[in-house]
Amino acid sequence: MANHSLALRHQFDDVAQQKDASTFGMWLFLTTEVLFFGGMFCCYTVYRSLYPAAFGIASNHLDLVLGGVSTAVLICSSFFMACSVNSAATGKKNAIVGYLALTILFAAAFLVIEMSEWHMLYQEGLMPGFNFTYHELDPRHVQLFFSLYFSMTGLHASHVTIGIGLLAVTAFRAWRGTFTPEYYTPVEIVGLYWHFVDLVWIFLFPLYYLIARHLH
Amino acid sequence: MSEHIVTKKQYSYVFAILLLLTLTTTWVSYIDLGKLNVVVALVIAVIKSMLVVLFFMHVYWAGKLNKIVVVSGLAWLALLLWLTLTDIVTRGWLPFPGK
Repeated sequence: MANHSLALRHQFDDVAQQKDASTFGMWLFLTTEVLFFGGMFCCYTVYRSLYPAAFGIASNHLDLVLGGVSTAVLICSSFFMACSVNSAATGKKNAIVGYLALTILFAAAFLVIEMSEWHMLYQEGLMPGFNFTYHELDPRHVQLFFSLYFSMTGLHASHVTIGIGLLAVTAFRAWRGTFTPEYYTPVEIVGLYWHFVDLVWIFLFPLYYLIARHLH
Repeated sequence: MSEHIVTKKQYSYVFAILLLLTLTTTWVSYIDLGKLNVVVALVIAVIKSMLVVLFFMHVYWAGKLNKIVVVSGLAWLALLLWLTLTDIVTRGWLPFPGK
C-alpha cells in the first residue's frame, strides 16, 4: 500500500485520516488569513462609509479594463489549479505538471497586469508616499483610498508571489513522481491556498474597481 | 473520507459561471441603481466566492469538521465587521453635544 515513504506517516491510522488532518490544518490557516485580510476590508468599509464621494472619485481613476482582465486571468488560473488536482487524483503525472505550469503562467500574467496598473497610477501621481500630486476634489481622502488600494492589492500580490513559489515547488515534486492517486495531499493543499488568493481578489475587484462606475 | 474526485467537466461549468458573473457584475456597475450598486456587486461577489469555496475548494464534499472551520472563519469576520459598524453607523444618531 504505502509504496512511498511520504504516503502514510506513522501517527495516522490510514491515508484518509492523514489527508483529513492536513486539510483541516490548512483550513485553520486560511481562517487566520480571512481575518488578516478581514481587518483591511473592515478598514475599507469604515472609510468608504465615512467618505463615499472621495472614494467614488478615486475609484474611477482605476483602469476597469486592466481590473476586469486581471480578474478573468486569476479565475483561469484557479480553474487550471482545480484541473491539476483532478489530474493528481486520477494519477496523470504529466497533466499535473502541465496544469500547474498553466496556473503559474496565469498567475504571472496577473502580476504583470497589476504592476502595469501600479505603474500607470504612479505616473498619474496617485501613489501615496512616492508620487502623489492629486490636487482636485478632496485630495486627503482620495489619498486615503489609494493608500488602502495599494496596501490591500500589495498584500494580495505578495500572496500571489508566494503562491507562485509554492506552485513551482509542487510542480517540481509532481515531475519527480512524488504524487500518486493514493497520495497527492500537497497538490490539494496548495490548491486550497491558491483558490483562497482568488477569493480575496473576487472581493477586491468590485470594491475597488466597480463601486462608482455608474457615476462616471 | 472525502475521497470525492471532481471531474474536469464539473470544474469547467463552475469556471464558466465565474467568468459569466464577472462580466455581469462589470456590466451592472455601469447602470445607476443608487445605493443598490454596492449591494448588487457584493451579492455577486458572495455568489462567486461560494462557488469557489464549495466546488474548487471541495467544501461541498468535505467532512463536518472542515465545514465548521470554514463557517467559523466567516463568523469571526462577520463579528469583526458587525461590531465595528455598530460604532461607525450609529454615530450622530443621538443629539449629544459635540457628538
